[in-house]
Amino acid sequence: MNLTVRIWRQAGPAAEGRLVSYPVDGVSPDMSFLELLDVLNQELIENGEEPVAFDHDCREGICGSCGVVINGQAHGPERTTSCQLHLRSFRDGEVIDVEPWRAKGFPVIKDLVVDRSALDRIVQAGGYVSAPTGSAPDAHATPVPKPDADLAFDNATCIGCGACVAACPNGSATLFTAAKVTHLSLLPQGQPERAQRVLDMVDTMDAEGFGGCTNTGECVAACPKGIPFASIASLNREFRKASRSGRR
Amino acid sequence: MDRYLTGDPIADTKTPAVPLENRWDERKFAAKLVNPANRRKHRVIVVGTGLAGGSAGATLAEQGYHVVQFCFQDSPRRAHSVAAQGGINAAKNYRNDGDSVYRLFYDTVKGGDFRSRESNVYRLAQVSAQIIDQAVAQGVPFAREYGGLLDTRSFGGVQVQRTFYARGQTGQQLLIGAYQALSRQIDAGNVELHPRTEMLDLVVVDGRARGIVARDLVTGEIETHLADAVVLATGGYGNVFYLSTNAKGSNATAIWRAHKRGAYFANPCFTQIHPTCIPRSGEHQSKLTLMSESLRNDGRIWVPKRKGDTRPPAEIPEDERDYYLERLYPSFGNLVPRDIASRAAKNVCDAGLGVGPGGLGVYLDFADAIERMGRPAIEARYGNLFDMYQRITAEDPYRVPIRIYPAIHYTMGGLWVDYDLQSTIPGLFVIGEANFSDHGANRLGASALMQGLADGYFVLPATLNDYLGGNRFGEVPPDAVARVETEVRDRIARLMAVKGTRSVDSFHRELGLLMWDHCGMSRSREGLRKALDRVPELRAEFWRDVRIPGGAAELNQELEKANRVADFLELAELLLVDALAREESCGGHFREEHQTPEGEARRDDERFSYVAAWEYGGPDGLPVLHREDLTFEHVHPTQRSYT
Repeated sequence: MNLTVRIWRQAGPAAEGRLVSYPVDGVSPDMSFLELLDVLNQELIENGEEPVAFDHDCREGICGSCGVVINGQAHGPERTTSCQLHLRSFRDGEVIDVEPWRAKGFPVIKDLVVDRSALDRIVQAGGYVSAPTGSAPDAHATPVPKPDADLAFDNATCIGCGACVAACPNGSATLFTAAKVTHLSLLPQGQPERAQRVLDMVDTMDAEGFGGCTNTGECVAACPKGIPFASIASLNREFRKASRSGRR
Repeated sequence: MDRYLTGDPIADTKTPAVPLENRWDERKFAAKLVNPANRRKHRVIVVGTGLAGGSAGATLAEQGYHVVQFCFQDSPRRAHSVAAQGGINAAKNYRNDGDSVYRLFYDTVKGGDFRSRESNVYRLAQVSAQIIDQAVAQGVPFAREYGGLLDTRSFGGVQVQRTFYARGQTGQQLLIGAYQALSRQIDAGNVELHPRTEMLDLVVVDGRARGIVARDLVTGEIETHLADAVVLATGGYGNVFYLSTNAKGSNATAIWRAHKRGAYFANPCFTQIHPTCIPRSGEHQSKLTLMSESLRNDGRIWVPKRKGDTRPPAEIPEDERDYYLERLYPSFGNLVPRDIASRAAKNVCDAGLGVGPGGLGVYLDFADAIERMGRPAIEARYGNLFDMYQRITAEDPYRVPIRIYPAIHYTMGGLWVDYDLQSTIPGLFVIGEANFSDHGANRLGASALMQGLADGYFVLPATLNDYLGGNRFGEVPPDAVARVETEVRDRIARLMAVKGTRSVDSFHRELGLLMWDHCGMSRSREGLRKALDRVPELRAEFWRDVRIPGGAAELNQELEKANRVADFLELAELLLVDALAREESCGGHFREEHQTPEGEARRDDERFSYVAAWEYGGPDGLPVLHREDLTFEHVHPTQRSYT
């Protein structure tokens, strides 16, 4: 296949960025999208140019490092991560636009690399169960109904890639936050901190510059792990309940 | 020509001289403690945020120490532990199926082909049950049964069901548990986190580890961080083979540079190859993807009997197929251990019978299983794996046999540690895959997660107390720091100044291919020598001809890779020397000269029942071998047989 990629190049956080066109010829439909960038980068290096910076690590769709906007869609046309997208999803001769996540909460560092540490800070605000090492009772001391455990897992499967934020017209991190709040509020272990957790996480989400949620659902369409839309409703419910409980 | 020197054997591993089952209790009781009020005065550096590093950082901070933690990724949640699929072993005996601490210990020593330390393995089995308790308390959503209790399954060659799991994402869920515990400590101000920061050297003062020199990967700044102890939790070195199931960024730089500062490197030749990976599809291949070995429960492995048979698999009649594992190992069939299944696949492909691109693949066929059990049953068991395969290859495993080929995926070797997980540099502790400790020559399935978390949650926090409580820590003299910093800066400047013609990746690929060909699934004296001649040449070419665009004072991913590949080019040589020196076959290390007439591995307990701990011999010197003799008081070494 012969493709043309138009890639966002930006030398640094303060630098002006622009789309630059590169033809990449003779690539195989079995290549992953990131391998296309590998091939391009090898050519750039050979020509003495600077390769395109992009985040990636496991290349199995689980670490959440990679993520670019491809033809206007977070992670591209398939419901998967950028590393698990293959070139067979494109037509020979196609021109593909590649941009970084765009959101106020994710400043660009260089080219396609953005700073997603705000997501870590949302978790630090309360996305945990306080269970210091050594304090745990026997694992079978508290049975958990299977449907609750399964739904908790469905939410815990979030990889923190940030596609939900990039896809949202408001640049909101609500789906990300909702996934963690839902995961922990479903489990008996998460109960003692349930109310404080949601209040602190939502506060931090707002303070980090993420937008509000208007239920457009773009986040759910872009999520490579299928975090359910219903989790946002559950976040709102948790938040309302906690607010009324007078903890703030 | 001898490629190494022999030094004194290692006399003391600091294992308490009491009966096996009392050793860990004895060690914990004898360990010095640090007064809670004094703990916050101690700074501890933890490098890496995977299962071992994340759990260690959180636990040490909970104890009251001031932890300074590093990862090269943008977030601690991305460490490669996240990719582990299968599960985690624990001797809970919830199934009432005869499991026990002793049985887990026994299985692990035997599975390691009798090249691990009994005391360490016993301790691992002892703390395994606590790991599950800890993870559940954190909210890790393990698979459960309808009664609400935890589900378990059996795994690779074990007769009890002791493997806990969270669908095919057990590593991810356990890592998020540790990450959340770490996040809580970051919020409390007890952990100072440095993401996108890579350790490039170790600061050793008066023979003790006192800090690290690291590069901020965003600004390129070189910075020194001092502490009273340094913990390395930086994972394995499988990427020395370029193509592996490791993450692209996984590297050996931290452990290799610590090795050059005096930490012994143990058993580098013990590398594990996983038989069920998706074969490479072409030259562009950047990494390999593993598929759970549970597939071998129902899939049948075969190749065409005739060389160069390019017919589609469905058109090859039954009597023209060779189900070679069933033929060679009738009693175990497709379920032989990982190393045997891998080597058999290599043998048929070497004989020209392989399928798929380049003839580097064998079929794993589910047609019989689908006919026997029906498609829904297969979907329920393997649906997510089949989906993943289809996504990568665009082939439908329900209709066409899966193609598999072995790939490197774990390294049992690593920095040598004593019973306290302390390296030969006092104050430098090594945990998780980065050390050599518990798996001997071969790791059993679902044991890597167990070891990483055992080290981080339970073992290191107990032994580190002893070190911090038993030593005094003065000021680090500024010139000691300046010296190491200068060396790091000079090295980066030298890399940037080469301005050659070849990319870092081209060197890495060439090294990987060389290692895979001569030090992969099967190794011979001749091949190892050939590779040993070539690696130093390749290293010289690298330093003469590598091209790194951009500058050093900015985000520069080519420079990051160059630093790592430069170290792989040195580590590769030690790996080859170790493989050449170990004149036996055991576990993941198969020497062609040492096999039975049936082609099985032949261990040599008379001569090689030891850990090979290598001391760095200097840039122009030879590595020095220190032997730690292994004694087996409880599990009597036997020869494995699967026919």
